[in-house]
Amino acid sequence: MTHMLPISFSLNGQTVSMEVAAHTLLIDLVRGRLGLKGTKRSCDMEVCGACTMLLDGDPISSCTTLAVDVDQREVTTIEGVTPPDGLSRVQKAFVLHGGLQCGFCTPGFIMAVTALLKANPHPTDDEIRHYLHGNLCRCTGYVKIFEAVKSLAIEHVSEDAA
Amino acid sequence: MLTSPFTFEKPTTIADAIEAVGDSGESMFYSGGTELLLAMKMRVIHTERLVDIKGIPGLDRIVLTDANEIEIGSRCTHKRIAADPVIREHAPALSTLCDNVANVRVRSVGTIGGNLCFGEPHADPPTMLAALNARLVLQGQTGVRFVHADEFIRSELETVREPDELLTMIVFPRPTGPVTYRRFKHGERPSVNVAMAWSMEATSSTIKTARVRVGALGSRPQPLKAVEDALKGRSIADVRPAIEAVLAEALDELDINDDRHGGADYKRHLAGVLLLRNAEEAMTRGKRSR
Ligand SMILES: Cc1cc2nc3c(=O)[nH]c(=O)nc-3n(C[C@H](O)[C@H](O)[C@H](O)COP(=O)(O)OP(=O)(O)OC[C@H]3O[C@@H](n4cnc5c(N)ncnc54)[C@H](O)[C@@H]3O)c2cc1C
Ligand code: FES
Ligand code: FES
Repeated sequence: MTHMLPISFSLNGQTVSMEVAAHTLLIDLVRGRLGLKGTKRSCDMEVCGACTMLLDGDPISSCTTLAVDVDQREVTTIEGVTPPDGLSRVQKAFVLHGGLQCGFCTPGFIMAVTALLKANPHPTDDEIRHYLHGNLCRCTGYVKIFEAVKSLAIEHVSEDAA
Repeated sequence: MLTSPFTFEKPTTIADAIEAVGDSGESMFYSGGTELLLAMKMRVIHTERLVDIKGIPGLDRIVLTDANEIEIGSRCTHKRIAADPVIREHAPALSTLCDNVANVRVRSVGTIGGNLCFGEPHADPPTMLAALNARLVLQGQTGVRFVHADEFIRSELETVREPDELLTMIVFPRPTGPVTYRRFKHGERPSVNVAMAWSMEATSSTIKTARVRVGALGSRPQPLKAVEDALKGRSIADVRPAIEAVLAEALDELDINDDRHGGADYKRHLAGVLLLRNAEEAMTRGKRSR
């Protein structure tokens, strides 16, 4: 028998209330029933970061998080950090510096970098590498991703421009 | 991949959580889920019911007590421990360790309690906590008991914890000398790690006692008894020759698996290298703190 539980959470700023099966994974809820396909699944074992979402601002692997765990909390996905009329400053930097090729890892990287810069607007080179060590990219070789992030780390922007 | 279905409960007290898990063998505590969900997705673990302990207040405290001991709640995430001011001041090596476990996502939700209770041999915290002479506080239906970190892991993926016992806290004496930790890894998890904690005489640069643990090689961290004995009562200046005199013999006594992390001889060699590097660091830190 499937155990259904009511949950209510904020998804990209909008309240979502629904019943979910206890064993539903967050990524399946968001990509499936809620129809937001920006988040990608690759390794399915918390290693690659393609499925990164933010939970109360912290990066998590949505492939290995239960939907019931987000009850009463705030979830942000790639759709939530993409402005309706274009790209965020993190996304623009990735485009400008060629920080993507096939793009499969990109939503996860954008989420991780967004969280990093929120917590630490001017990370050092080592801090950038340390924070992003758990996001894998099989195309770029990381150098261009690093350069994209570095360009943001040395930029001085007002709080609300992020 | 989905796990097979289970029911889910989120009690708000320790007593309710322990009762919910009970002794039927069909329920499990659920904390960050970073190990458990993976194992369930891979169908290595099956359970009828998850008892989520995230709703229990007070399990994520970190305090330095009047008895000069450091208490870490089992629900503390790696992220929380890495950033905690008490840990940074009194056991900075533990804070660095937690800052380097896994990746940023696992550190956001994975806990120290879950790490210990899973009993994975290729882990960082068990080695360090054994060197710190930590005790683990287990609470079950019949009461509370303390288990030394050295005795907690029984064998690979198996601990002495009964299924209905909740790990509530980890307690260790505030270190009085340098604590050092190093690991070598080429995959996700450590292939070999070495932790060393010295307690120092109050007025000289003499080591009162040393605890040395080597981890990830067998099912649980192992002491290097001969090195500990050689360091006892030794002045910091004499540390290197003291270790070198007994190192080969001490390393020979380790129980080491050949596994995908490397052959036994290779890992034995690495343990020696990491130990000597820890000693170098401890010597500079021991001197500086005088
Ligand atoms: C990709 C990846 C990389 C990793 N790399 C490392 C690494 O480099 N070094 C390292 O040391 N570890 C590593 N880990 C392991 C990581 O530290 C653990 O996954 C995490 O700490 C487990 O905590 P949790 O709260 O998620 O536990 P859960 O998954 O919730 O639980 C794990 C087990 O412990 C039990 N349990 C949990 N809490 C309690 C409690 N308080 N009382 C009783 N039982 C309890 C559960 O029933 C379950 O059996 C890695 C994990 C992943 C996924
Ligand atoms: S798909 Fe979740 S971390 Fe790789
Ligand atoms: S751009 Fe292809 S995996 Fe990163």
